[in-house]
Amino acid sequence: MIVALSATAIVVLALLWEVSMPWIDRRLDARRARRELRRAGDRAGAYDPGRERRAEQRARELLKSCVNDEEWAMYRDLGFLRVWGGQSDPDAPGDLRGIDYAYLIYPHKPIVAYLPQTGRLLNEYCVEFPDETRPYGSPRLPDSDDVLAKWMMLQGDERRIISEANLHLPGRQLDPRQIQRDLWRLGRWERERMARSARAGAGQLAEPADG
Amino acid sequence: MRPGFGEQLIAEGDVEVPEEERALIEEFRRQLDRGMWAAVPMTRTDGRREAEMVRTFGEIPRDTPRVIFFPRAAGGSVR
Repeated sequence: MIVALSATAIVVLALLWEVSMPWIDRRLDARRARRELRRAGDRAGAYDPGRERRAEQRARELLKSCVNDEEWAMYRDLGFLRVWGGQSDPDAPGDLRGIDYAYLIYPHKPIVAYLPQTGRLLNEYCVEFPDETRPYGSPRLPDSDDVLAKWMMLQGDERRIISEANLHLPGRQLDPRQIQRDLWRLGRWERERMARSARAGAGQLAEPADG
Repeated sequence: MRPGFGEQLIAEGDVEVPEEERALIEEFRRQLDRGMWAAVPMTRTDGRREAEMVRTFGEIPRDTPRVIFFPRAAGGSVR
């Protein structure tokens, strides 16, 4: 009797398995498809070109409001900023005491230290400002915010940013020839700017004589 | 400053109004607890622009119009 009941139970279970398998398969497929859709949706939310463009526009406005006119024009025209090193002071401690040095700030690239008088590249300082909360899927700040953060750090606490950064010799991430080209562009840009302001000054002086 | 967003107003108030100053102090601390750094953009008397890093609310000049918070610096990686 027990054997017969067990056999019947096994048969019933086998039949139920056969009947329910397609249903389980369908449910698993539907779940897989939903997961894929969700992933696709997340990817779409992670990168929105319009939002990124608006973020960069806001970041440019903020940068413009913080740096001086010359620095803003430099960034707008050349795509990088030059900041003078704060330890050139003859009384300041450090190896570069009394020597003029400067930094080039590029968005999302290392800060480059160099000697303006000779154009010699000193170091690359790799530093990032990652927001690990990843509010929009990425930890990266807009380009101009990255530049502003580096500018504020170099202005406000040069030692701190230099100590937080990973120090490399020139050429590790940035092509030294590109940097030299940028320094040449900067020199030309400054000469043109000075010539323009000299012409504007001469024009202003000439005006009363004409009148 | 926030990724994907840029500048975002997180709090505003008048430091001369005690309740508003308390709210600003609270928000300042909350941002620092989140791991943000704070800087105050300034214009010197000779017109030169610079920034000052601040670690406490007391270090912020009373007349400053804004404080900018940005994520803490970390050594970057080679790409």
